[in-house]
Amino acid sequence: MSMINGIAASNGIAIAKAYHLAVPDLSFDKTTVANAEEEISRLDAALEISKKELEKIRENARVSLGDEHAEIFSAHLLVLADPELINPVKDNIRNNNINAEAALDETATMFIDMFRSMDNEYMKERAADIQDVTKRVMAHLLQVSFPDPALIDEEVIIIAEDLTPSDTAQLNKQFVKGFTTDIGGRTSHSAIMARSLEIPAVVGTKSITSSAANDVMIIVDGMEGTVIIDPTEDELATYKAKQEAFEQQKQEWAKLKNEPTITTDGVHVELVANIGTPEDVTGVQNNGGEGVGLYRTEFLYMGKSELPSEDEQFESYKAVLENMGDKPVVVRTLDIGGDKELSYLQLPKEMNPFLGYRAIRLCLERDDIFRVQLRALLRASVYGNLKIMFPMIATLEEFRQAKAILLEEKDKLVADGVSVSDSIEIGIMVEIPSTAVAAKQFAKEVDFFSVGTNDLIQYTMAADRMNERVSYLYQPYHPAILNLVHNVIEAAHAEGKWAGMCGEMAGDAIAIPLLLGLGLDEFSMSATSILPARTQITKLSKADMQELSQQALTLSTADEVEQLVRQKTGQ
Amino acid sequence: MAERTMTITDETGVHARPATILVNKAGGFKSDIQLAYNGKSVNLKSIMGVMSLGIPQGAEITISAEGDDAEEAVNTIAETIKSEGLGE
Repeated sequence: MSMINGIAASNGIAIAKAYHLAVPDLSFDKTTVANAEEEISRLDAALEISKKELEKIRENARVSLGDEHAEIFSAHLLVLADPELINPVKDNIRNNNINAEAALDETATMFIDMFRSMDNEYMKERAADIQDVTKRVMAHLLQVSFPDPALIDEEVIIIAEDLTPSDTAQLNKQFVKGFTTDIGGRTSHSAIMARSLEIPAVVGTKSITSSAANDVMIIVDGMEGTVIIDPTEDELATYKAKQEAFEQQKQEWAKLKNEPTITTDGVHVELVANIGTPEDVTGVQNNGGEGVGLYRTEFLYMGKSELPSEDEQFESYKAVLENMGDKPVVVRTLDIGGDKELSYLQLPKEMNPFLGYRAIRLCLERDDIFRVQLRALLRASVYGNLKIMFPMIATLEEFRQAKAILLEEKDKLVADGVSVSDSIEIGIMVEIPSTAVAAKQFAKEVDFFSVGTNDLIQYTMAADRMNERVSYLYQPYHPAILNLVHNVIEAAHAEGKWAGMCGEMAGDAIAIPLLLGLGLDEFSMSATSILPARTQITKLSKADMQELSQQALTLSTADEVEQLVRQKTGQ
Repeated sequence: MAERTMTITDETGVHARPATILVNKAGGFKSDIQLAYNGKSVNLKSIMGVMSLGIPQGAEITISAEGDDAEEAVNTIAETIKSEGLGE
């Protein structure tokens, strides 16, 4: 057996024979043709067959994947009819008497290269669409058969260099148990489609097509991002058990989608989601999120050439608030600067970006930017249950200043006759150790805390989380971190406020029992972690976890804490 | 010749789906229809041309047409942009 690592693209375990979705040999020679018009008819015929096939694929996709995913084939059909593609190809054939294959390749390659060189991930991926379409036409010109995944009639795992949208749309879930590819990432077409088809997938393995022979047994672990080729009996048994456990778990999770998260001793905690765009709300709802615990607004500012206007921001905030109904939505104000750059702001390079001019520090100085965002938020506040959170707060003065600006803008809006909600809670992210230590003083003035563990851990341990050589110091279970979190929660509760957490740690199976015991009120995590976390919490008793966490606070190392949790919770 | 300038308000800009709708609309007219953004002009009947502009949210675009049905073409495209929530 051998194991290959890739990128986990779609959850689940698949065990089946490998099926190579081979790309046919599309090589050709550039030749001179005697009759250019005949050559153009040959091209038209290939375009016509391709068009019929794509229409059929679009129909299949509509049935198996839904309208939204079928739309991409409408775009593919337009590529087939694109005058900027077809006319130059025909002109080239006419003027230079070359064969259709060569003419098509020349123009298509130009477009593919152009899209590939654009500095926008979305546009780069469009190169794959053009390639997908032209390959099909090329196959018909060369009269070689194009792979047809629809013909598969036994259980297989598809192996391919990459899966094109048209390949994926033709996969029959009854027989295709999973797939794995050499290239691609979590956001490539194939990965997105795998998740909507709910078939396990591992992409970006770099070498699966050259490592696994046709028909050999393989295992795709879409959770770990690994592929096992030719597994031993023991491995097969292990993964079959894991597969069954996952299926059972999925059923168990689904049952809890519309349930509150209540411990065995009757304590309710809130499980909410981290989102980056209004589109992410669908995922929150599908996974039973009880609200949004962190709406990262910086995506509104990124990937563009100028600051987003107040109206643009308003529309996004309104969309999220409306779609979440009366459920809470915690919006974090702009957290930009440092490592997250905005080219149009032209911020100076810094030696220590994580300790530099960023987030609230930048917003308080550039209040022209800050006020626009706050106004957009205030205007949107009447459409739902909005809570506003300031990031990177190190001192009370910063919080007071930010709050004063917010209230100023609110007064201005009200004076202009704009309606603004009167029940907006105003809180802070706790990610700087000074704030965690002085939580008691902060708690008198803020409405809530949300612990941002990713930064809190790196600042407390003085270890850059991007630096692999010191990544061993990124220790969420370290007693120092737990004591800080404990301090924050205690301080909040003493003033009748609530405390949440919005870092990776909030969805971590080892951390959850500890956080529950420490009294955390709100856990914010990626949407797909919510149901597993709910399943875990509904089996725990808060009283027991209190005892566990009190003991953990006194331990000496992160390892000791992890051992204790594993031992007491049977993980 | 007819011409109209609009601003893209859609968060994701003119990506594949709206581009498909606009190109399909444009294909129904005889006139030459051009789409200009950021100093570059492309054939609005070409999906790859439209996509290659990489039009983001907030972009100012100009639609122009020349031909017998130019006026109607520009009006229809502008209406489509509005009704699809793509821009104003």
